[in-house]
Amino acid sequence: MSLLLKQPSVLPGFGLTLGFAVFYFSLIVLIPLSGLFVKTSALSWGQFWDIVTNPRAVASYQLTFGASLVGALINGFFGSIIAWVLVRYHFPGRSLVDALVDLPFALPTAVAGITLAAIYSSNGWIGRYLEPLGIKVAFTPLGVLVALTFIGLPFVVRTVQPVLQDLDKEVEEAATTLGADRWQTFRAVIVPELWPALLTGMAMAFARAVGEYGSVIFIAGNLPLKSEITPLLIMTKLEQYDYSGATALGVVMLLASFVLALTINLLQWWSTTRHMNQ
Amino acid sequence: MNTVTVATDRDAEWKDSLTTERSFVRRLLIAGAFLYLTIFLFVPLVAIFAEAFKHGLSGYVDSFLNEDALGAIRLTLLVAAVAVPLNALFGVAAAWAIAKFDFVGKQILITLIDMPLAVSPVISGLIYVLLFGAQGWLGPWLAEHDIKILFALPGIVLATIFVTVPFVARELIPLMQSQGREEEEAAVTLGASGWQMFTRVTLPNIKWSLLYGVILCNARAMGEFGAVSVVSGHIRGLTNTMPLHVEILYNEYNAASAFGVASLLTLLAIVTLSAKALIERKTVSAKSQR
Repeated sequence: MSLLLKQPSVLPGFGLTLGFAVFYFSLIVLIPLSGLFVKTSALSWGQFWDIVTNPRAVASYQLTFGASLVGALINGFFGSIIAWVLVRYHFPGRSLVDALVDLPFALPTAVAGITLAAIYSSNGWIGRYLEPLGIKVAFTPLGVLVALTFIGLPFVVRTVQPVLQDLDKEVEEAATTLGADRWQTFRAVIVPELWPALLTGMAMAFARAVGEYGSVIFIAGNLPLKSEITPLLIMTKLEQYDYSGATALGVVMLLASFVLALTINLLQWWSTTRHMNQ
Repeated sequence: MNTVTVATDRDAEWKDSLTTERSFVRRLLIAGAFLYLTIFLFVPLVAIFAEAFKHGLSGYVDSFLNEDALGAIRLTLLVAAVAVPLNALFGVAAAWAIAKFDFVGKQILITLIDMPLAVSPVISGLIYVLLFGAQGWLGPWLAEHDIKILFALPGIVLATIFVTVPFVARELIPLMQSQGREEEEAAVTLGASGWQMFTRVTLPNIKWSLLYGVILCNARAMGEFGAVSVVSGHIRGLTNTMPLHVEILYNEYNAASAFGVASLLTLLAIVTLSAKALIERKTVSAKSQR
């Protein structure tokens, strides 16, 4: 272990802690995850391709990624407003609101799922007002969007908020003194500062939404080709003992997650290097 | 003296006016934020308890004071009691190695630790089915030796550990990195043993973040649904955790009982958020005292 060290250190416990951490993480995460790829390699390329491009699978990708994207955009817009209001304004109940923003993150997904389904059903608290307008939310693709928007809410607020807090007000003062109106200052001074954090937050909300299962299945209706998300399709295949089908779709989802995680890392790196340069 | 304070007051006011919006814009933004939060946070939160109390207080209490619900609560507590300490131990060990030493592959390890958060919970369950299921790698061997992992407690614990692995480590790594290694180096140079250094220097420095990481890890462990749903087999009273019990009740059109059990999980979430707010206040005041 000590061969890995770039510099000798007087501190104890390097071999023990790193050894335990790597052993534990490999046993719990890396070895089981690699099993997914090994299992897929038992399929021929043609079989794999047939499973992952099956119309039912493609429809589920479109719904999962489409609703996740729209949800991330909605959260990008309202999340920025919420972060702005929490940082810049003082109003009664501010710290309570600030604490509650994390609720979708702390609330078990099954609880969120049954609650949203109850609220948006035709006799629910919100659903009963939407139904006369001809808007059906529960048991439609729109329900998927509502659930995925709900769970993505904290990500944008929590990435934009610290950047807004650190923003130097003097630059804004200078812009106004030099004759810019508030909207111009916002566009030319504030938005460029927020942009990387906002994109990071939206990418995180999107990534979380793509894999989401619990909060969606109760409100989605789960009709194949219509309101069925990819994680549910994997679940259905597992229940039918179609292990290779579930595995192939699992690999597609896992690769999408890796690409997203990489994108988020790059965005965060961009965000911090911009900060450092200033 | 008076004129000076008046001048600075006016100065501050003038400065504020440069960096704030007109009052109608301000009100519009606050209203927009509140509307969004009402639809997506306040209404759901109130709805959980309204549905739970639909049949009055006795109906509410009955929803979790029955054998199935109590069994689910017991199992959930048991799973968390195994998963959380193990992940806390991993978090402290990983954070110690990463924050206090420079070694080859450190950045890769940091990136890998977050991976379970990026993986869909359904896939977290799926990988254990592939490993321990009847058609899996170890399935035949386990069946031969009559060891049950899938559709039994070990499978639920493993899936829960997988999903909650990163939480303690994520809280500790940035904090311990920012604290540096001087204090520990001083302790060791002055003759402290490794354990003395850890309990007297490191632990007091990280206790609040460690506590928050443990609380967050616990909340996620008790609330995990997707991954546990895949590996549990839904055997009532035996492999049913609280979130799975909520699902079963809801699918049986027993909404009031489902929300009754759900309200307990909601209280757990509220306690978690309160703990976060408290600990944040604690760490901020500790920083300003230094």
